[in-house]
Amino acid sequence: MMIKVNISADIVGEPIIAESIIETGTILNISQAHFDSNHGEIIAEVEMSQFPKIRDALISRGAEVAILDNPIMRDEEECVECGACISVCPVKVFSFDREWNLQIDADKCIQCGTCLKMCPHNALILEV
Amino acid sequence: MVEKSIKEINSRIEDGSVNVVTAEEMVDIVADLGADGAAKEVDVVTTGTFGAMCSSGVWLNFGHSEPPIKMSKIWLNEVEAYTGVAAVDAFIGATQLSETEGMNYGGAHVIEDLIRGKSIDVHATAYGTDCYPRKLLDTTLNIYDLNQAIMINPRNAYQKYNAATNGSNHKIYTYMGTLLPSCGNVTYSGAGVLSPLCNDPNYETIGIGSRIFLGGSQGYIIGEGTQHSPQNNFGTLMVRGNLKEMSSDYIRAATFEGYGTSLYVGMGIPIPIINERVALATAITDADITTNVLDYGVPSRDRPKLAEVTYEELRSGTVEINGKDIPTSSMSSFKMARKIAGELKQWIKGGDFFVSEPVELLPKNTSCKPMKQRDRNLLVKDIMSTEVITINQDATFHKAAKTIVENAYTHLPVVKKDGTIAGIVTAWDISKAVAEENYKLVKDIMTKKVITANATDPVEVAARNLDLNGLSAMPVLNSKQEVIGIVTSDDISKLIARRQ
Ligand code: SF4
Ligand code: SF4
Repeated sequence: MMIKVNISADIVGEPIIAESIIETGTILNISQAHFDSNHGEIIAEVEMSQFPKIRDALISRGAEVAILDNPIMRDEEECVECGACISVCPVKVFSFDREWNLQIDADKCIQCGTCLKMCPHNALILEV
Repeated sequence: MVEKSIKEINSRIEDGSVNVVTAEEMVDIVADLGADGAAKEVDVVTTGTFGAMCSSGVWLNFGHSEPPIKMSKIWLNEVEAYTGVAAVDAFIGATQLSETEGMNYGGAHVIEDLIRGKSIDVHATAYGTDCYPRKLLDTTLNIYDLNQAIMINPRNAYQKYNAATNGSNHKIYTYMGTLLPSCGNVTYSGAGVLSPLCNDPNYETIGIGSRIFLGGSQGYIIGEGTQHSPQNNFGTLMVRGNLKEMSSDYIRAATFEGYGTSLYVGMGIPIPIINERVALATAITDADITTNVLDYGVPSRDRPKLAEVTYEELRSGTVEINGKDIPTSSMSSFKMARKIAGELKQWIKGGDFFVSEPVELLPKNTSCKPMKQRDRNLLVKDIMSTEVITINQDATFHKAAKTIVENAYTHLPVVKKDGTIAGIVTAWDISKAVAEENYKLVKDIMTKKVITANATDPVEVAARNLDLNGLSAMPVLNSKQEVIGIVTSDDISKLIARRQ
């Protein structure tokens, strides 16, 4: 499953992620990370069985943890299968099959929203 | 030498013996039978394309009101249409934006809503005359209430499109879609192997009066399009069709984030195979069609070319630019292009569509000139201040603090030893370093992501970047990335005030 960890400005300098990983022995497969002076954000994949442990460890250190379970959806009426969305997705959710049908691997979606602006036909939906 | 007349081909359509294939299927046929054999075998090759065509619109005639009005301005669902012609004629253009909804709704959406039979709110004003006394009109109507709804697209179906990427360091929003920084993606348009004009590049069969597939109905080419520039393979078409017969499967409104609205138009052109030269031309493949990848990060008419690629490469999903594999996106739909070529093929096979002899072929010798401008194009280097104080990235942060205080600057461009830009350090970065008791070198505390201007950028571009980023000044770089000046919003406001 995909999760998003938010770290606020007051604790952004502390090694929260590393400590939580070591403490729980959980493997976090980090696919995106963004840190600046105001906040930190991490998108990672974690085994469902290990999720409660790492969630508790992160929360006890002041981080916020959210499950990314509302991946991208496509309105098939609006979509013209141009493929404009393909090149902007950071985790390659979109692709063409051999017959140029748009394929969506929604499990990979990290809900970043980049493709929403790219789609000329307003066919992509992300529920928040 | 095989020679076939349009009349002969049409009689085969009539009696059902016609052999029609799509331009995709034709590739193998010519490979197997040769141009000569293919020309004997095949009568018509169908093409198709489905992509954004901004230069599209519809002439509408509303009929006369009682008392009559000579509209001087008109809005359809709050999108303005052009009515500087007779009393109740108006042209709704695809890219005109709604006065209330902005980019979310435009002329293209009005056109799609008309095709879908939806009601449209009409608001018109006039100055009133003896023969047309009415000054104001508000009504609601749909496509069935109109006398005519005739699509006239001044420039469609470019023979070739440039592909786009973005060499700048920030994301940009264009009519080629979202372009990620540092050449993060490449976008392109056009149907490659199925592209109409690429399959008859010498315009041997295409011209005024050619019957075509347009938006799901039978339309016509009425001449070369605006900016038709065959000498460098940028031919274009002007086309006409009856909106009342079109389908929203093939005419779709679109919004390009940060750019505006456009209309996706489905078009297919049948190429009658009148001789083997024409047959050979229709054997063109994606690998035969090349295009340039231009840097849209440079907001100029003359965008630098970063690579030359084929449609085969573009459609493979990645292209190589400077040794890096860059993901590609098509802005037009190949699947729809294929559907259109297939549908046109069925129409011809079924005897529902006859090919036509053009009254005149498209011109082959015109070119497209740039605009003649009266004002001199002012560049950043003409107005920048060259008295710019910079600091070396290896200087101590104390020195940076001192320079800032002494010169009363809030932003200090940071340079490497060779004078090229490394970042920017602000009074805020310094205070933060003090707060964190982090007394390091400038390079450790500076902001690496710095918005800059190029000395050769037009002033309008610098003004837009200052605005978009909420900045008051930007360092100016020469082509070697060296800091040679600074441009401020003050300089620009003064300039604009002078011009006005
Ligand atoms: S960009 Fe939009 S219309 Fe194009 S394929 Fe993706 S979802 Fe469909
Ligand atoms: S929201 Fe982001 S991750 Fe999800 S499909 Fe769109 S671009 Fe990809």
